[in-house]
Amino acid sequence: MSEIKLERIDDNRWLVPQTGKMKVPGIIYANEKIYQLLKNDESTKQVANVAHLPGIVNYSLAMPDVHWGYGFPIGGVAAFDLEGGIVSPGGVGYDINCGCRLIATNLSFADVKDRIGDLTTALYQYIPSGVGSTGSVKLSGKDQKKVLEEGAKWAVKAGFGLMEDLEATEDGGAMAGADPEHVSARALERGKQQLGTLGSGNHFLEIEVVQEIFDEAAAQAFGLRKGQIVIMIHSGSRGLGYQICDDYLALMVKHMQETKIELPDRQLACAYLNTKRGQNYLAAMACGANYAWANRQLLMHRTREVFEKTLRMAPRELGMRLVYDVCHNIAKIEDFKIQGKVKKLCVHRKGATRAFPAGHDAVPARYKSVGQPVLIPGDMGSGSYVLVGQEKAIEETFGSACHGAGRVMSRTQATKVSQGRSISRELADLGVLVMASSKGTLREEMPEAYKDLQDVVQVMHESGIAKKVAKLKALACIKG
Amino acid sequence: MKKYKLLDHTADIRIEVWGKTKKELFENAVEAMFDLIVDFTGIKNVNNKVITIKGADAEDLLVNFLREALYLFNGNKWLVKKCKLLKFNVGQIVAQLQGEPYDSDKHQLKTEIKAVTYHGLSVKKTNQGWKAKVIFDV
Repeated sequence: MSEIKLERIDDNRWLVPQTGKMKVPGIIYANEKIYQLLKNDESTKQVANVAHLPGIVNYSLAMPDVHWGYGFPIGGVAAFDLEGGIVSPGGVGYDINCGCRLIATNLSFADVKDRIGDLTTALYQYIPSGVGSTGSVKLSGKDQKKVLEEGAKWAVKAGFGLMEDLEATEDGGAMAGADPEHVSARALERGKQQLGTLGSGNHFLEIEVVQEIFDEAAAQAFGLRKGQIVIMIHSGSRGLGYQICDDYLALMVKHMQETKIELPDRQLACAYLNTKRGQNYLAAMACGANYAWANRQLLMHRTREVFEKTLRMAPRELGMRLVYDVCHNIAKIEDFKIQGKVKKLCVHRKGATRAFPAGHDAVPARYKSVGQPVLIPGDMGSGSYVLVGQEKAIEETFGSACHGAGRVMSRTQATKVSQGRSISRELADLGVLVMASSKGTLREEMPEAYKDLQDVVQVMHESGIAKKVAKLKALACIKG
Repeated sequence: MKKYKLLDHTADIRIEVWGKTKKELFENAVEAMFDLIVDFTGIKNVNNKVITIKGADAEDLLVNFLREALYLFNGNKWLVKKCKLLKFNVGQIVAQLQGEPYDSDKHQLKTEIKAVTYHGLSVKKTNQGWKAKVIFDV
């Protein structure tokens, strides 16, 4: 579909040449197989479109899980200079701070192999998921403001978790600069009902087992060992985040004329970082990010409760410890060296994970010697990967890596292909028990609808952006 | 309902919707969106709401209209069954929406639509009438 001719840089990178009004070239991380898939959708054009935005630094980037989104491609990374650069709500996405959290346990596969059914049923009953679900915590106006300002810290103070959970959360689970004054009444209203809900679509909660270790030292630092039971949670800021994005997108489209920024796609509407509108969006976006961290903290707390109750084990015996929590839809002000000078940049990660290396200030003390854990969930059948950020990520990708497998099939295609098949039966044959509130979602999210996660991860590994630490196999999955 | 069809999009839902007139196109677009959200046959016309929407051009008007209708459900838990445009001027429309409050016992939800996007958006006159393409983030 795309007419742009890509030029091969090396085995894992392709250049999108700078043409027309593009301010910089683009780079797509892809091997030959992924490159072939690029021809079928509009993501290459989207990488080029992002390169038109003012103040963009070095390159418009796409990670190997890149696919056609709206505005920015999914898997897109772009950094903008604080002076002369922009922030774009569409470059963060509707689900602000959609992200992943990995919980380790003291359990081994042998301990729970006969209890997976009980655990899954209990998780499915106890954790609200699916379209239109409401959370177990009802927030007062005052509490909601606290959630938006303090994020996961609010949840821990309210009794939903441990202080040590915060150390293993990106930004300590609370992004600075959050100001609820810049969040609309509509967004607040939508947020009141949904804290502690998983959501629908590609969001999930999985019980997984560590299948393979690639890097012993990093695995040890992360507290991962072969045969260990772990839990992966994928969720975000729910309706509150969607509404914040939509509100600011509408506002920026309305003022497009005045900013005089020529856009190839209205969904890229943006504001200069040094304007009130840009700053207000960042303050509102931080509220959305904090809500998402509180949400995942609550989901983890409920998961701990379910494990304790179902297995009749004490917290100490279970040892359910947060390995890490990363966001993959966000814009952040971070320092990077550009042509020998340290500069503050606004890094947009739209379906991309931060991947900071060993020694970086933002990496928690316990992981400082190895680097930041990078959590990459795959499709329901193939499980997930844990990677670790490398120095090369700082040099090439503004400290970013991929965020998942990335879709290769549209939802309609997946629904068509799965006609007459039982996806839950097929997954059961692969040893994955699935419970979903909607059969339609299961079809749309069938494993074939995604790229091969191994290919995506291998590109990151070989290009030295993030190294493989462990492979996790799914045992059970709860979906909305 | 044969007023729209699904087009391929890798991550989200893309539809093509049509109408004999621009007015009918807008009416059909809102009904199509609710057909994606919920089992449409289960909704009744119980009460009315009138909304006024502004926009810079036809495309902007359509997104703003769908966005507002979507909020009726996402924010107020109210489902739209029927849409009638009372006024269609340059830059502004007034629409009457009929529907009822969402009730989890009565209505079967299908898809969570997060938002209406501007990406790949078009509103065009054709030989048969009017056609629009819209992508919903799901």
